[in-house]
This record gives sequence, C-alpha cells and structure tokens, in this order.
Amino acid sequence: MRTLLATLLALSFLTFPAMAVEPDEILDDPVLEARARDLSTNLRCLVCQNQSIDDSNAGLAKDLRVLLRERLVAGDSDEQAIGYIVSKYGEYVLLKPKFAFHTLFLWLSPFVLLAIGMFALFHMRSRPVATTKENVLSDEEKKRLQELMQKDG
Amino acid sequence: MITETGHFALVLAFALALFQTIVPMYGAAKNDRSFMATASPAALAQFALVSLSFASLTYAYLSSDFSIKNVYANSHSAKPLIYKISGVWANHEGSLLLWVLILTLFGAAVAVFSNNLPQSLKARVLAVQGSISTAFLGFILLTSNPFERLSPSPIEGTGMNPMLQDPALAIHPPLLYAGYVGLSVSFSFAIAALLEGKVDAAWARWVRPWTLAAWMFLTIGIALGSWWAYYELGWGGWWFWDPVENASFMPWLVATALLHSAVVVEKRNALKVWTILLAILAFSLSLVGTFIVRSGVLTSVHAFASDPERGVFILAILCFFVGGSLALYAWRAPILKAGGIFAPLSREGSLVINNLFLAVAAFAVLTGTLFPLVYEALTGGKISVGPPFFNPVFGMLIIPLLLLVPLGPLLSWKRADVLGAMQRLWAAAAISVLVALLVMIFKERGPWAAPLGIALGIWLIVGSLTELAVRTKFLRAPFGTFLSRLKGLPGAAIGMALAHAGVGVMVIGIVAITAWKVEKIVVLKEGASITVAGSKVTFVSETKGEGPNYSAETGRFDITVDGKFITTLYSEKRAFRPSGQPTTEVGIHPYWSGDLYVVMGDAIKTGGRTVRVYFNPLAPLIWFGPLIMFIGGMFSLFDRRYRVGAPKRAKQAVMQPAE
Repeated sequence: MRTLLATLLALSFLTFPAMAVEPDEILDDPVLEARARDLSTNLRCLVCQNQSIDDSNAGLAKDLRVLLRERLVAGDSDEQAIGYIVSKYGEYVLLKPKFAFHTLFLWLSPFVLLAIGMFALFHMRSRPVATTKENVLSDEEKKRLQELMQKDG
Repeated sequence: MITETGHFALVLAFALALFQTIVPMYGAAKNDRSFMATASPAALAQFALVSLSFASLTYAYLSSDFSIKNVYANSHSAKPLIYKISGVWANHEGSLLLWVLILTLFGAAVAVFSNNLPQSLKARVLAVQGSISTAFLGFILLTSNPFERLSPSPIEGTGMNPMLQDPALAIHPPLLYAGYVGLSVSFSFAIAALLEGKVDAAWARWVRPWTLAAWMFLTIGIALGSWWAYYELGWGGWWFWDPVENASFMPWLVATALLHSAVVVEKRNALKVWTILLAILAFSLSLVGTFIVRSGVLTSVHAFASDPERGVFILAILCFFVGGSLALYAWRAPILKAGGIFAPLSREGSLVINNLFLAVAAFAVLTGTLFPLVYEALTGGKISVGPPFFNPVFGMLIIPLLLLVPLGPLLSWKRADVLGAMQRLWAAAAISVLVALLVMIFKERGPWAAPLGIALGIWLIVGSLTELAVRTKFLRAPFGTFLSRLKGLPGAAIGMALAHAGVGVMVIGIVAITAWKVEKIVVLKEGASITVAGSKVTFVSETKGEGPNYSAETGRFDITVDGKFITTLYSEKRAFRPSGQPTTEVGIHPYWSGDLYVVMGDAIKTGGRTVRVYFNPLAPLIWFGPLIMFIGGMFSLFDRRYRVGAPKRAKQAVMQPAE
C-alpha cells in the first residue's frame, strides 16, 4: 500500500515488486538463516522508501543481506552483527530505534499519555459534575417546533 | 474547448465556494434568513461545476488528448479503458480534483439531506464546507492545474505506472478520499456547533450518519489497499507502517473514537467537549495525511517534493484549518455545558476508555510517523522508525482495548454492574480458552503468544455476539421469541455486534499469518517441484505472451495434494510499455485453511527460475474482517432511527434529546 499511495503521487520514481531474498543468499544452516531473516526485518534498505532489507530487491539491500550473513557465519552474536552494520551505516539503518535518551519521547510518550488519561478518568469523574438543565428549546426552536407541529397536524 | 470549459468551471466553483463561505456565515451571525438560504443552492451549484470540470478531464483521458500535460504524463493510448478512467486520479493533480469532487458531493448531500437542521446550523455547516473547498480549489488552480496544455502536442503519452494498473487500485483512491473527505462533514458540524455555542443530543444524531459513512469508506478503502499490497507486491506483505499508510490509519483511529463518543453525547448528553475535539482532530489528521503524502517531507529520498511550492501551500492550508479550529475550540468549548454524570464503571466510562486507548494509539502512530522528521529538524541526525517500533507499541496499546470490547456493550448507562456483565461473558471466555488450548495442542510450531492471539479473536467474535444473544434471549426463551426479538433489534445494535466481530475476524487473520506463515525460496527447473504446507507445487512450463500494453513471461504451476490434482496457478512477470517497468502477478489458490501463494522470479543463469512459494494461513480473514465491519456500518447507517431526512424522527430527536 505504501507503494500504491506513493506512486499515485510521485511517478518520478519506479517501484519494483519486492523480490527480496534470493536462493543463492540463503545459508545452509537453517538456524543461522532464521536469525539472519529475523535481523533483516529490523534493518532499513537505505535506498528504499521505508522498506526493510528483507523485503527489498534493491542492490544495496542484497549487499546488506549478504554482509549480515557473512558476519553471522563468522560467529558474530546478533548484537555484534547489528552493531557492525550500524557502525558502517549509522543509526538510520535501524528500523527500530534504540531505546536511549534521544528516543525517550518516541518510546514513552504514548504510555505517559495513557497513564495521564487513566488518572484523569478515575479522579476527575468521581468528582460530582454540576448538572445543568440544558435541553431547553430556544425561542427560535420553539417557533420552528410550532411550525412543524402545525404542518403535521 | 472541453478542457477550457473544465478549467473555467473550476474557476467558477472557486468563486462560488468563496461566496458559500462568507454569505451564509454572515447570514447566520446576523440571523438573516435570506442570506442563510443561499448556502444550499451554492453547495449544489458548486458540486455541479466541479463535476463538469472532472468530467472534462475524464473526457481528455478517454480521448487520449495528449495536448494536456497531465494526460500526456499519465496516460497512453494503448491503455485499457478502465485504466484510462482510473488514470484521471492516479496522479497528483487529478487525484486532488477527485478529492474536491467528493468534498463538494458531501457538501451537496448535506444541502439535500439536512432539511431538518436548524437553519443557522445548516448555514454554518455549509459555510465551513465552503471554506475547505475554497482552500483546495485555490490549491488546484494555483499550483496543480490538471488542465495545463502542452505545445506542441505530443503524439503519445508516457503511460501510467503499471503498479497502479489494477482493478482494486482503480477504486481504492475514491473510497479512501470519500473517507478522508467525509470527515470534513463531522468537522464542519463541530465548527458550526462551536459557533452556535450549543451541542446536544440532536446534534450528535445529525453528525452520526456522516461520521459513520466516512468511517465505512475509510475502513473499506484501507482494507482494499492492504489487499492490493498483499497480492501485488509478491511476498504477501499486507501492512508496512509506512507514513503514507499511517496517514490513512490515524484518521481511521480517531474516527472510530468519534463514532463511540458521539453515542455518549446522543444518549447521555455527556462528553460533548471531547467529542467536538475528536471531530476536529479526525479531519485535521486527514489534512496532515494529505500534507505528508503530497508535500514529500517524509519521503524526500524520492524527489517527492518536486515542487516545494505545493508543500508550503498545503502547510498553509493545514495551519489555517487545524490552528484555526483548535483556537476556536479553546475559545468556545468552555461555554458548552457539561451534561449527564456517570460513574467510571458504566457504559459511558467504558466508551471513555475506548476513546482514550484509540486516541493514544493514534498519537503513537503520529509520533512514530513524524519523529524522524522532527528529530532531523532538531538535531540534524537521521533516524528510522519502522514496523519493529510500531508493532509492539501499537500492540501494547490496542490489545487491552480489544480485550475490553465485548464487555462495553453489556454495561448499563450511568452506573454498571461489571461483575454481572462479566458473568454474561462466561461462555465467550470458556470458548476462547478452549480454542487457545486446541491451538496449543495442534500447532506445535510458532510463537507462544499465537494461541492467545487466536483466542483474542474468538473472544471478540463470541463476546460481541453475546450481547445480541442476551438481547434476543437466545436459548433462554422459545425460538419464536428469539426470532421476534431478533427482528425487533435496532440496526445499530446488529451493526455494532457485526463491527466488533469483524475486528475479531481480522485479528485471527493477522495472528495466523504472522505466526504460521510458511515460506520456501528455491530455484526450480521446468518439471521440478517443491512441497509447501502439504501442497506439491510443480513448475510445469513457462511461456511468453503479449497483453494490451505489456509483454509477459508466464509460469505455469500445477498444484497437487497427496497426488490429487487441485488446480493450476499462473504467475506472471510483466514488462509494461512504454517504460519497461516490471510487475509481478502472483498465483493464489485459496484453501479454507489459507492461501497458497506462488511467485515466479527471475531466470537463473544456470537454468531454471527463482520460485517463491508461501502458505499464508487464514490470510483472507485480514480483509474479510474489515468487510464485516463495513457491513456492520451499513446496518447502523440504515437504522431507521438515524435515517437522514426522516423528518418525523428528527423532530422527535429535537423534542426528546435525552432519550
């Protein structure tokens, strides 16, 4: 759908059907391969529009997939492999931003808002709210009501 | 000539929209009936003019008039008819014209169907609609004129993006826009109510059908786009948390909250200030979405912002409407009087919780979408926020809400007996636990949370139907009583149960495809086969062929299960003329248990082809759920109590707002 709306409005770039992982990239060790797939979904294809390297068939995505697998085969842990790629391409490559000071707002603000809302709900509502009689018709409405009643009658 | 007529009609429509903004608004302020009475004819005439303009652009596409720049850039004479038509809105200028066409259609509908509204309210609603038209018609005329000519006229067009040449995509934008723009009516009602200084049950009842219609269009439009992504992109993805998707999802979340809070205004005359705010926010988020999509601020990698002038213009529109409406809200909302009181544990309380979760979820999506932009503006650094952020955060916010959904409708107004309501749900809870256990036993593979996810879906479905069962005395009274009670149920009650159950159906589909998707990527030579989830897929042959505006390589795959022939699937790689851009057609066979999904990839130098075979368990439920939600919306929309233009009913609503 991303492609759809984007292309609706910007026909200046071409979107290719995602073809992603090629048979020749797949590692023989299924455990390593599963780890690689898992990690790839968290890495951004840097030349694509918000696609992970796992979904993208761009050349750079393929390079990154191969690089990631090389690191895993070389015995890197998940963190080491990701750390290596981040050191090469920067934090921008992570689709899931690190939980750190500069991303505190991103990660926490929804939950803070939820807590405030919950607090407000249970504390403000227990306070009696002044009821007002407000279903009184204005003069104009009374007139119109009269008209309608007469029309019906 | 026809083109110039279309352009001229658009200019007239702009002038008329300006008139519609000022005169009825002035009339309402001065209580001048003749000024207020101009609103309806202006809205109708404006719709007629924009229709004329749109028709003339469509004509240019149908007749392949490449002297018009827009047609030249987005069409081709060899394109099939349906895509010549959909080509009208498959580009920035044309889609904006469609946006305004739907806006004026809604304006005209308000003019026609709202005769029972007090005159000043109607005049103000239409005036606000007029102001939105003015802004967007101005935007079209000044920055995005679809009628611009080329000289000399080219002989052939450059074609339309092949990805968009698809039936679902032909109708996706109109549906989505109907949703976005439909929310403008709720917005106009909110602004008008602030100006009038009065919100009551009757107001809520008038707004409801418009909000509901907009919500239905958004629901089905988003689902259609997701379905398209699923079968067109070639790997079974259906939601990506992309800014453009989020742009449609945020208004949906807020519109959903608005639908629920408007019920409280209608039934209990409470939550008025909040409901007005939601109506403002829902449309504001539609505008934010428009800004995100069309200004290119979030996709700058792709030369999206070919024209920064447009981005600035939209930003100005956005600031005017969002800023203006919120300022008006801050100024006028305090005069709205508080209505009925209620305990936190009550139907009202449950709807407030619903609103809180939906609003926070929308906030989380907005934060995630805009964070990279704001972060870059503040620090100069680049950061990505993608699905691995949205999935857990959104999940944590929405799962508690989904758990509570069946409970809400069983609570009574003002003060509820929560334990009693829970007791009524024991059957639903028991069935859900049973299903979770069965799934655990029969599906040894997959994440531990998956059975719980399936149980959540079942809980939503059975729990939502429980409310109907309680109301109709299902199995508690003779069958005849049940039937007569079922017939007597208000459409809104059936609609609510269906919509909630639809969410459950969708949840099951999402959980199943996420947890148990099977994927095989192999190289197959002709005659070779691979078995995926019990289906043997044999690559029979590949052939070359020609379509109307593309050439295709078609792979034929025979599917057998236990030696028994099931079906033949075809997967195509197409190269479109004139751009040569490739697309993939996926072969899908729907079993009851899910989709077998076969994609033929590139030819391999050493012979054979890359073939991807997926089994996507229960995938169709992801879109079937929203369809049920849409049908639920229909039931509610045609509930006679809400029918627009049923004057007797409406009069009753005026007389007994607290009912």
